Amino acid sequence: MSSQMKIVGFCCNYCGYASADLAGLNHMEYSPDVMIIRLPCSGRVDVLHILRAFREGADAVFVAGCLEGNCNYEYGNIEAKKRVEYARRILSEIGIEGERVEMFNVASNMAWKFKEIVDEMVSRVERIGLSPLKKVTP
Amino acid sequence: MIIAEQKPLKEIIRNLEGHKKILVAGCRSCVAICLAGGEKEVGIVAESLKLYSDMHGRIWEVDEITVERQCEKEWVKEIKKIVLGKDAILSMACGVGAQVMQETYPDIRVVPGLNTSNMGAPEEQGVWREKCAGCGDCVLHLTGGICPIARCSKSLLNGPCGGSQNGRCEVNPETTPCAWDQIYHSLKKLGKLELMEEIIPPKNWITSHSGGPRRIVKQEAILTSEEKAVKGGME
Repeated sequence: MSSQMKIVGFCCNYCGYASADLAGLNHMEYSPDVMIIRLPCSGRVDVLHILRAFREGADAVFVAGCLEGNCNYEYGNIEAKKRVEYARRILSEIGIEGERVEMFNVASNMAWKFKEIVDEMVSRVERIGLSPLKKVTP
Repeated sequence: MIIAEQKPLKEIIRNLEGHKKILVAGCRSCVAICLAGGEKEVGIVAESLKLYSDMHGRIWEVDEITVERQCEKEWVKEIKKIVLGKDAILSMACGVGAQVMQETYPDIRVVPGLNTSNMGAPEEQGVWREKCAGCGDCVLHLTGGICPIARCSKSLLNGPCGGSQNGRCEVNPETTPCAWDQIYHSLKKLGKLELMEEIIPPKNWITSHSGGPRRIVKQEAILTSEEKAVKGGME
């Protein structure tokens, strides 16, 4: 059953999204509160995308890219990791917990890992609560 | 180019307190090259401010715009329609751009979004190094094209000092090469090592930043009053 929680997952086409797809094929259960946004590469993700996701009501955001050294575009996942760190820094300065955003690396056959990622983000939101933005915006 | 870096977001937020309609204004010139105030950085800062504003009951209306160059009134005037009605402009330009913005729109408070640092150039992606101190009396012809004023930590005109070791500066050996070591190697390549023997006399610092703000006048470029009238009419 869906909750008030919203988690946005930016997933690269080659591994992040493929692992989510495989998790579905294998009927693995994970929270329905996750909204997947498929990207050609995790390197496409921008700090702006992450910040905007929070402004649009996300409680947590994750980026799922290929394993390091395995990126289809060589270092897109490394770029994504740097941007996630940058976004986390900005969020902390604003007063939003930095741990609400995280970078993960998966391989396309690691469906179990995708489920773990979602579970991890769900438990983080359960622990620290819904986004502080929700307390002030109608 | 002018090198600058973004002020901490907390400081920007503090400086914007008390305002309501805010325009984040970027500059496509130097500060876009040093990844501090171009369109991209403006987007991120504006989004961050919107996020902060939403968290505090929508205290701000935030708009964004990036102009070609904030240091020239012609470009700054072009955004008049967007600027009017705002009560603060967060200038993501260098200090020059921010000042020209304030001169152009004297009724609207301009708040700096960047800390302007120096005149320099990219060293590698993400790293910029100071190259010119703007002393107003260039000696590059004597020093193999390497400025001892800006690049020697002690601004020595006749170096190197005793602290130079293995081509590194004692002030910060990890990040700073010894400018006088670089000057030696540059002059050697140029076949002009004899210039190292030349004693550069004490500089006349009157052209540097000691006699108030400097002003350069290029007589032949100044418009006549007739030309000004024509140009004014075109604006």
